[in-house]
Amino acid sequence: MSGANRIAGQGRLTPARTARFTFDGKTFDALEGDTVASALLANGVHLVGRSFKYHRPRGILSAGPEEPNALVDVSRDAARRQPNVRAPVQEVFDGMKVESQNRFPSLAFDIGGINNLMSPFFAAGFYYKTFMWPKAAWEKLYEPFIRKAAGLGVAPTEEDPDHYASRYAYCDVLVAGAGVAGLSAALAAAEAGARVILVDEQPEVGGALHYDLSVKIDGQNGYDWAQATAAKLKAMENVTVLTRTTAFGYYNHNFVGLVERVTDHLARPDRKLPRERLWQVRAKRVILATGSIERHMVFANNDRPGIMLASAARTYLNHFGVAVGRKVGVYTANDSAYEAAFDLKRAGVTVAAIVDNREKPGEGVLAEARKLGIEVLAGHSVVDTKGKLRVSSMSVARNGGGSARSIPIDALLMSAGWTPSVHLFSQSRGKVAYDAATGRFLPGTYAQDCLSVGSCNGTDGLQATIEEGLAAGELMARATGHEGGGKVELSGENAFEWTGGMAGSGEGAGVDTTVKAFVDFQNDVCAKDIRLAVREGMHSIEHIKRFTTNGMATDQGKLSNIHGLAIASEVLNREIPKIGLTTFRAPYTPVTFGALISHSRGDLFDPARKTPMHAWEEAHGAVFEDVGNWKRAWYYPRSGETMHDAVNRECRTVRSAAGVFDASTLGKIEVVGPDAAEFMNLMYTNGWDTLKPGRCRYGIMLREDGFIYDDGVVGRLSEDRFHVTTTTGGAPRVMHHMEDYLQTEFPHLKVWLTSTTEQWAVIAVQGPKAREILEPLVEGIDMSNEAFPHMSVREGKFCGVPTRLFRMSFTGEAGYEVNVPADYGEAVWEAIWARAEPLGACAYGTETMHVLRAEKGYIIVGQDTDGTVTPYDASLAWAVSKKKTDFVGIRGLKRPDLVKEGRKQLVGLLTKDPKVVLEEGAQIVADPNEPKPMTMLGHVTSSYWSENCGRSIAMALVAGGQARMGQTLYVPMPDRTIAVEVSDMVFVDKEGGRLNG
Amino acid sequence: MRKYSVFAVAREAMRGHKGWEPQWASPEPRKEYDVIIVGGGGHGLGAAYYLAKEHGITNVAVIEKGWLGGGNTGRNTTIIRSNYLYDESMDIYEHSLKLWEGLSQDLNYNVMYSPRGVMMLSHNVHDKQSFQRHVHANRLHGIDNEWLTPQQAKDYCPPLDISATARYPINGAALQRRGGTARHDAVAWGYARAASDRGVHIIQNCEVKGIRRGPDGAVTGVETSKGFIGARKIAVSASGHNSVIMAMADVKLPLHSVPLQALVSEPMKPIFPCVVMSNSVHAYISQSDKGELVIGAGTDQYNSYSQTGGLQIITHTLDAICELFPMFRRVKMMRQWGGITDNTPDRSAIQGVTPVQNLFVNCGWGTGGFKATPGSAHLFAHLIAKGEPHKLASGLTLDRFRTGRLIDEAAAAAVAH
Amino acid sequence: MLLIYCPYCEEERSELEFRHGGDAHIARPTNIADISDAEFEDYFFLRDNPKGLIFERWRHIHGCGRFFNAARDTVSDKFYMSYKAGEPKPYIPGVSPASEKPLSENVGETYEATEGTAK
Repeated sequence: MSGANRIAGQGRLTPARTARFTFDGKTFDALEGDTVASALLANGVHLVGRSFKYHRPRGILSAGPEEPNALVDVSRDAARRQPNVRAPVQEVFDGMKVESQNRFPSLAFDIGGINNLMSPFFAAGFYYKTFMWPKAAWEKLYEPFIRKAAGLGVAPTEEDPDHYASRYAYCDVLVAGAGVAGLSAALAAAEAGARVILVDEQPEVGGALHYDLSVKIDGQNGYDWAQATAAKLKAMENVTVLTRTTAFGYYNHNFVGLVERVTDHLARPDRKLPRERLWQVRAKRVILATGSIERHMVFANNDRPGIMLASAARTYLNHFGVAVGRKVGVYTANDSAYEAAFDLKRAGVTVAAIVDNREKPGEGVLAEARKLGIEVLAGHSVVDTKGKLRVSSMSVARNGGGSARSIPIDALLMSAGWTPSVHLFSQSRGKVAYDAATGRFLPGTYAQDCLSVGSCNGTDGLQATIEEGLAAGELMARATGHEGGGKVELSGENAFEWTGGMAGSGEGAGVDTTVKAFVDFQNDVCAKDIRLAVREGMHSIEHIKRFTTNGMATDQGKLSNIHGLAIASEVLNREIPKIGLTTFRAPYTPVTFGALISHSRGDLFDPARKTPMHAWEEAHGAVFEDVGNWKRAWYYPRSGETMHDAVNRECRTVRSAAGVFDASTLGKIEVVGPDAAEFMNLMYTNGWDTLKPGRCRYGIMLREDGFIYDDGVVGRLSEDRFHVTTTTGGAPRVMHHMEDYLQTEFPHLKVWLTSTTEQWAVIAVQGPKAREILEPLVEGIDMSNEAFPHMSVREGKFCGVPTRLFRMSFTGEAGYEVNVPADYGEAVWEAIWARAEPLGACAYGTETMHVLRAEKGYIIVGQDTDGTVTPYDASLAWAVSKKKTDFVGIRGLKRPDLVKEGRKQLVGLLTKDPKVVLEEGAQIVADPNEPKPMTMLGHVTSSYWSENCGRSIAMALVAGGQARMGQTLYVPMPDRTIAVEVSDMVFVDKEGGRLNG
Repeated sequence: MRKYSVFAVAREAMRGHKGWEPQWASPEPRKEYDVIIVGGGGHGLGAAYYLAKEHGITNVAVIEKGWLGGGNTGRNTTIIRSNYLYDESMDIYEHSLKLWEGLSQDLNYNVMYSPRGVMMLSHNVHDKQSFQRHVHANRLHGIDNEWLTPQQAKDYCPPLDISATARYPINGAALQRRGGTARHDAVAWGYARAASDRGVHIIQNCEVKGIRRGPDGAVTGVETSKGFIGARKIAVSASGHNSVIMAMADVKLPLHSVPLQALVSEPMKPIFPCVVMSNSVHAYISQSDKGELVIGAGTDQYNSYSQTGGLQIITHTLDAICELFPMFRRVKMMRQWGGITDNTPDRSAIQGVTPVQNLFVNCGWGTGGFKATPGSAHLFAHLIAKGEPHKLASGLTLDRFRTGRLIDEAAAAAVAH
Repeated sequence: MLLIYCPYCEEERSELEFRHGGDAHIARPTNIADISDAEFEDYFFLRDNPKGLIFERWRHIHGCGRFFNAARDTVSDKFYMSYKAGEPKPYIPGVSPASEKPLSENVGETYEATEGTAK
């Protein structure tokens, strides 16, 4: 049995196909195709949740994604738990576990319900007026209380084991919504030959045809026509039909985000399938056929379980075969709700009365009601309801006064009319226009290449909708160059044209400020709250929204916005369009983070760049550090060694024997062409004309404002060819910077730039034995000091492969950097290692590289400089050509602040106690006893234990540093003050003799 | 002004809240004001309040094109902190933080300043160097900011993934405990109410169309959608639109306006106790009192006044959020939006006089202006009243782009959230 | 995400392939070393930051690598046209100030002209 309220012969589900699920621990039967809402209703369960603020018992209000009340927690297993799931959207699968939310200890008895009693105190915005005393109590007492009471569902606490997918797609025509309008449009566009993507959020196409049984299209039952049409479209090569797929966001230039729910409805999904798939669609044209959403009536206690939208009750009956009550009342301001009463009546449900707050309901529906023997109370309103956990009666009174009559019911269906879904249109930055005649906001001015059709465009009537859809499909197909196929024609008929509708509070909402007539169910915003907001001076709809939280719940005002606006309009006595409309923002319905990130997680979050020697380094125990996207070997600890031990050993070894270092991550740019030197002259502060082929120079690159941008050693291979190196992190931006100037400022120069960072593997071999290690592996290069001095580059062969061999040093030792094609990097490294190891050399990592270069006072751009340092500040004046009349940064360097006295300059620091190693980033003062805020002279940029010096060393940016040589300054730490002496930056081999080995 | 208190709320509760008055008056504009402030966001409203409160200048109008607080005040992720690097920045943000600490009481309006701590994650050696530099600079300046180990960071923020196998493992964090969040709308409303109470005119739905100047070049008033309004002094604080307004007086600024995006999740029970920022992977997250995760995303790369941007900016940020907090992959985005930020080349604000006499500007707060609101407003009021900057804002003047005395927080910290 | 027409590749590609390059038509002074502080400030820092028509630089960094210019509306984010670096600032009919109208009829090509479809 799949529920006592399932009516035999009603609905489209198959009675034999059952599924079983639990709700708050109790087991229920459902049919395949049920939603959680329809299954619960079939079993007579109306109470499914508690509201946000007052914790009022709430039931199922809708049959769609606009649901504000019936939000539940759905899980497949512990790690696959999802809070805030809309019960009318989530399909039941066998074994699913459903829990209600925001209640303690149970749904039927919720302690938070006390808030309801306290509600006079908790008026809109009350928290702005109190909780201010004592001062500290907000954070410690009031706020935690409020936070705990709010918040709906419980966030997942385990990592999500599911995976998600992403797809980019392109089409001529994207159709959002597969109701009558959308199907018609898609059909016309597809027949014309356009590439069409048709999406609908529901499991099946059809839209309103799910519930409207009176519709016939081309003589066929409407719903069946829809399925047949979808099948026809699916069979066409140029069409993609996506169901369970929501077009959630309409972005710039016809870029539309879709999210497809792939497995959430399956009991045992194939683990290879993603849970959801993000589609990022670029459409030449978009057709919006997003339909409209029925509004509730605003009256006292309109929120009890059992009170729902009329169209929802119709859906539950006609699609799911479920009667939402045995004795139902209807409260409406428009004709559409009558049809719900008719369908229920015909299915054997008692209709207690149709209460219509209009004096003159539509003739057609009135006649039909009479025929079916349903009492219609025109010019009446429901002014109150009763029933604790489910509605038990409604009080009905004649409009304008008179005594109320109580009518027992177990469900109340309501309809205040239909709100066109202009969400996507509005997201596309189209401007809506208010149609006063029908009281609707409709698409007005279009901003992108799209068209709205059907009820989202305010089009009433079946045939008009069909024709509008067909015309739009054809038009959009033509606009994208498709004129094939014949004219598509369809004819439709249905029972009634609907009239009527209202916005705002009805008679039953009362002017009495204690009446709870809900406008926004989830956030517990009542008509009185809107009025209060207006009274307090909140006259813009944005202020009203933010003050009351109307429209800020998970349904984002799909039901409440228009009512809120109408109430404000009434109180302010100002027309609705003058008050404004809050902005529609993506997403249309909430979208899982997992779907939005899809593959970008774990290893694919930001793919790591690894050098050709990475595997060797890993195998030899390297610890890696992240530098930009790169993984760099940081140090190579041997068994039992700490990082400190390892670095000390590596530092000793390089200076006493030699070390091998992977420098492949350094950026490399090939600058080639007859004007290469001239270009280099413009990009770097140095002069390049005098650099002879075969020689290298350390270059400084500035931004136009005069601050150091990058640095690196540049080798001139021939008159017209430079091999430029950059910092590891700087490579892409330096390349971009060079291209920018070359293409846009100096396009007359004949120069070609190529990034070669990943073409070359670079192995630095540094130390007294460097030459001894390399010499036997080199062919065609005279390795003698005289023939190949420091700061030279040679081309030849290394281990039989082409090499660019640099004689250069970032350690102060005699050294080489072996560039070989990246594919040979690991093999060449192995060959070098095979010679190096027996000679007592070690492999060393970036930490040792840092220490060794600091011992020599070589700077690292980005560590010792920070974007506010000039070459002069960094003691690099020698690298700034005095002869050149132009280079990037030449003018910036001359600005008053860059040439004034007292600028921060790079200097060395020696702690008075040689054992103390300063903390990088520590601040430097002259007077350690100055009260805070202290005058900070600068900070420690680099600081290490230098095993070779037997003491700590540091570099620092210090105001007027060059003039402070020998001065004692102080580094105040939380626990002590460290005295330091300002020194030069060269701590090892001040004469530089070791470079020549 | 009727004082707000728990007693007032209780009294009104008894009579259906019928006695509340409008929080601010909505007068017709006068012919002339001593000061017109262009821009009814937190900075502008606050400046009006402090002009009245501290300088006795009450013949003031705040002119707002749309609705109060409808610009970046009402669309930011409400992060408050003062642990900036340079003295100029520390001065103003700490001044601001101190004002935040007493703002609810000062305004008699609960702005829900919640010092739940702002934690900045360090992912590599470079981050660590940079954050420790901040920590030390802040300490010597008298600002709280402390370095945490990864475990201490996790203890402070339990959802954090500190595993070594993460793509960018966390190697520490800087925590400013006094940092936190506040209720953004309440800041605008609280200032508006308090300013209005002191006689300031708040004029909404009034767009400035021009700035009129006298024969001596000094400003004389503004042309607006409600007609000409005279002013002896004009102070512009229009965030993303500063360039547009200042162009009306032929003043060109070093600004570019770009959309900064943000999003919130569906509301959930408390799970996230503080504010976490990561510059390296680019993520900013906290949980609002309503239970939504409030997530700051990046800026789009191009100039735009559109308050929207590309989906890729949002997804990129969520990549990072889910990398730091893998359990949030099943959480859902409920709403995304954008605000127009006016950014300077050095990512520090500009507050000062302009080449036009009696025209003052407060601009360039970029992606981080909310936290500065009380401090900026307070010092802006001083500037307007005295005609020269307050000592604490003296570094923010416009001339630094000529002299090169930049306050390069961008170079120091990547993004100035 | 914008859809950007690269005048070198002669096709529209997703914004992901491009990098924005700031304002267009700001030439680096040829005598830059000799300009005043104020001129340098104007060249390097001060910007119109217009609400409406902007001429801006883009680089097709993950495509052909070329820098080019585009005219776009900063409110709607719609492109009027893209054009190659070095070409003069185009006149956008109905948008550019009338004072910038060229004397000849040879106005810049618009998207409509180059693409043949109404945008």
